[in-house]
Amino acid sequence: MRRALPAALLAFSVLLGWELIVRLLDIPAFLLPGPVAVAEAFWKSRGLLLEHAVPTAGEALVGFFCAAVAGILFGLLINRSSLAERSLYPWLVVSQTLPIIAVAPILVTWFGYGPAPKVMVVTLFCFFPITVATVDGLRDIDPDLIRLMRSFSASRWRTFWMVEVPGVLPFLFGGVRLAVTYCVIGAVIGEWVGSSEGLGFLMIQDKAQFEIPRPRLFAEIALLSVMGVSLFLFVALTQRFLAPWTLKRDR
Amino acid sequence: MRPKLVARKVCVTKGGVHILDGVDLEVAPGRFVALIGPSGAGKSTLLQVLAGLEVPDTGVVEKDGVSLTCPGLVAYMPQSDLLLPWRSVVANVSLGLEATGTPKRTARERATGALKRFGLEEFAQASPVALSGGMRSRVALLRTALLGRDTLLLDEPFGALDALTRRVLQEWLIGVRDELAATIVLVTHDVDEALLLADRVVVLTDRPARVALDLPVNLKRPRTMKLETTEDFVQLKAQLLKALGVLG
Repeated sequence: MRRALPAALLAFSVLLGWELIVRLLDIPAFLLPGPVAVAEAFWKSRGLLLEHAVPTAGEALVGFFCAAVAGILFGLLINRSSLAERSLYPWLVVSQTLPIIAVAPILVTWFGYGPAPKVMVVTLFCFFPITVATVDGLRDIDPDLIRLMRSFSASRWRTFWMVEVPGVLPFLFGGVRLAVTYCVIGAVIGEWVGSSEGLGFLMIQDKAQFEIPRPRLFAEIALLSVMGVSLFLFVALTQRFLAPWTLKRDR
Repeated sequence: MRPKLVARKVCVTKGGVHILDGVDLEVAPGRFVALIGPSGAGKSTLLQVLAGLEVPDTGVVEKDGVSLTCPGLVAYMPQSDLLLPWRSVVANVSLGLEATGTPKRTARERATGALKRFGLEEFAQASPVALSGGMRSRVALLRTALLGRDTLLLDEPFGALDALTRRVLQEWLIGVRDELAATIVLVTHDVDEALLLADRVVVLTDRPARVALDLPVNLKRPRTMKLETTEDFVQLKAQLLKALGVLG
């Protein structure tokens, strides 16, 4: 709790400063609404906002899950086969250079307005850091450790579970923490391009109209941010629970 | 008596580098042999060949008269202690047993028993991260010994320790030598350590390595640090240093 204090204090001072500037300079709400106005807008539309937050969170979570599975599988494949490393790895890098905002409409044309293309956008957006983390983590495992396991005459399967899986976790959690902060953005991009529900959809609606919905647009952004931060904290807690040794400085 | 471990005319070339050039070695059962040589001479490679981890290009390795071509017949302790930070001390000690398929509970019980016998039970639940270098070496040695194999190959087990801790560990190893009841091959670059611990010291030449000297150490046991000031010890040491080429 005490460790969160500096971040909370900073947030509070920024919000306070923001509100003061808006009030003192009399900035119109369609340009920049103050935090109080944003909070009011959130409260007024809370039902609508939460209703649209559900599909967005769902797409982000399912997409993130797919990204984790795909990322780990690609990482394992690249680690185990030098052919895969030479053939597959460069194309995975290429996939990350494609502007996702341009790819998303194509996916929507192909797969429709439903949640599927959004999940794909999230997966495409999130798997790469997990792949890189898996590859680097497996490469970082001390070859002497593998040799030690061989000297025990341990099977490859046991070596995998007893040494490689725990050994890759410090890197993997790094990749996952990165990926999980992307997944909400991915879902929103997917929704912007074409959808009939979700916070991204609502944002497009509110942006198109003038005046009244402006504070609500900010409330939507804030809600998305809360979602992203919650996911990040969830991953951090999982790491503390599942792999506490990865958090110690001297491992 | 049939030797426990034999290497005959072992040659190894790795990545174009000629490392071992026809090394012959025989270790009688229950004996303690120290391997010394210049750094980079191929001591570790020879140990890995004896462990079945490395297949020689030519030459044979036999254990109990049977050709040894795969790991798992002798216990091997690599240079770094390689304790796993995600396992407690007792779980690290039982790693070898668990890796060979011993049920986890049995393995942990035997590891706990071993820690007790070696006077380390108070650290059983600690994380290895919290241990000193000397304690880590003890735990790693116990992990190797717990496999219950009759031959131990130790690759510079105390190499990373400071001089004082190393002394303590050497005394400790002398003390637990009977408990281990095994044939031991120890790689070291420390002449004093070799003479203090071993029944025989084998000196390897610089790369490509051959056996330069095979010196029996007939110093009385039990040995202590005091031995190092005796004339016999100093004479043996002079022979070893000469064979290593550091003493004119």
